[in-house]
Amino acid sequence: MNAESLIVLLYVLVLASFVGFELISKVPPTLHTPLMSGSNAISGITIVGAIVAAGPEDMSVSKWLGIAALLLATLNVVGGYVVTDRMLQMFKKKKK
Amino acid sequence: MERDLIIKIAYLIASVLFIVGIKMLGKTSTARRGNFISAVAMLIAILVTLLDRQVLSFTEIFVTILVGSVIGTVIAQRVEMTSMPEMVAIFNGFGGAASVLVATSEYWRMAHDAGYSMEVVVGVTIVISVIIGCVTLTGSLVAFGKLKGLINGRAIMFTGQHALNAILFLGALALSVLVVLEPNVELWMMGVLFIALLLGVLVVIPIGGADMPVVISLLNSYSGIAACATGFVLNNQVLIIAGALVGASGIILTQIMCKAMNRSLVNVLLGGFGQTGSAATTDGGEEIVVKEVGVEETAMLFDSASSVIIVPGYGMAVAQAQHIVRELSDMLERRGTSVKFAIHPVAGRMPGHMNVLLAEANVPYDKLIEMDQINDEFANTDIALIIGANDVVNPAARTNPGSPIYGMPVLNADKARTVIVCKRGMSAGYAGIENELFGYPNCLMLFGDAKSSMTKVVGELKELMPA
Repeated sequence: MNAESLIVLLYVLVLASFVGFELISKVPPTLHTPLMSGSNAISGITIVGAIVAAGPEDMSVSKWLGIAALLLATLNVVGGYVVTDRMLQMFKKKKK
Repeated sequence: MERDLIIKIAYLIASVLFIVGIKMLGKTSTARRGNFISAVAMLIAILVTLLDRQVLSFTEIFVTILVGSVIGTVIAQRVEMTSMPEMVAIFNGFGGAASVLVATSEYWRMAHDAGYSMEVVVGVTIVISVIIGCVTLTGSLVAFGKLKGLINGRAIMFTGQHALNAILFLGALALSVLVVLEPNVELWMMGVLFIALLLGVLVVIPIGGADMPVVISLLNSYSGIAACATGFVLNNQVLIIAGALVGASGIILTQIMCKAMNRSLVNVLLGGFGQTGSAATTDGGEEIVVKEVGVEETAMLFDSASSVIIVPGYGMAVAQAQHIVRELSDMLERRGTSVKFAIHPVAGRMPGHMNVLLAEANVPYDKLIEMDQINDEFANTDIALIIGANDVVNPAARTNPGSPIYGMPVLNADKARTVIVCKRGMSAGYAGIENELFGYPNCLMLFGDAKSSMTKVVGELKELMPA
């Protein structure tokens, strides 16, 4: 990685952080728990790296580490989204 | 060439969808769709990654994803809403672990080329990713253990704790430098891993039970930052964007929680809150004299009340009393009594914990009122029913500058005409301090398990007002 691509990545980081702060500072307290588990699922994006790491054909240490990462990231992603949906489904306004 | 371009464009689309999804997650009306959109973004990112040139063998990948998905779905479907803090804690840990493993895998692949010299930038991003990921992993496991009661939920302190943490941290930094300088020596990397894992344990053990909302929010943020760091390792923007969103969200929640306890983040992290507070209990002087009340009398009080505010706390979650509380509230409403729920920001063991529990029990979310909105209403309320909450209704926070919780925003439940406290016994709250509210003339104590007490009260009420 050269310095230039590092700078680009840093730009991405800074801008994305600002977007994050802007979006989330307005979330009402009722939604804090779903927000947390939902964002938790998003942090499972590491799954993308895990797939690449688990990708090679030869069974190396590196690949096994990738497979372990893939398992945990999948749990994180799938479990996180399912439980968030389950929670949000329960949030109801007063009937009638 | 084209394939790489497709992957990059798909990642861009996924990033946009993540942002849209998290934006929609912030409004009750759109939250569910927001979560779905963010899941679609994840699916796009996963599918397109399978096109990557480095991905050559698919069997293990599909099997692993299948196994992970099945286990994840089963856990997510079965978990009790009272156990959400534990679930989020352990999943944060998984996220952190995944980041560590990816970074270590990348390190291993490169370091095994003989004579490889690591670029400083790559080395630095790898060790950052490993350190943050490890701290997230073991920190989350300790938080999980504390919440589950597997390890002592109280703050665990010993002398020289902070010095030890500082030394370990410096040690991790020194080893990190060695990793970058001599990438072929795996021992250095092992050292970084070991110390970072240990640090994660040490930074969370001094933090006690009711500070858990802060810890979980912070670990949530770390899991995002870990993903972000992995993005730098792999030169992958979608990881950085998604990770930064999560990191920001966790930090904001952490700030909200700290503010609700009138404490700084540093103060929470240094830990041991309430352990040194023994002086505060004794210097109060006189013993608090409480008035007890039975279930029949409680039912009669409710029968004649025209407005009720219910203040739930962690004790309600422990007793699984949310359903019977909802029944009580429905019953009172049917006879024209106004019923509201007052939610303190740190009630429970994670941000918004009470809201989820009451939503599960079918309490409409517009009946749950935030502290600032409801505090003035207590004075015009007949009964404030406090179930399993303690420190968040302690008037000492407003009146007694000597109290350890002085200055913390609290619910003014003491201003109600009658306060009924449903509690197991006279034990002090988490902060280890007596609650002077219990000695107030308008305060009545209903001792016993929240669920069985409430069940009896509901039974009595049924007799008083036949349907």
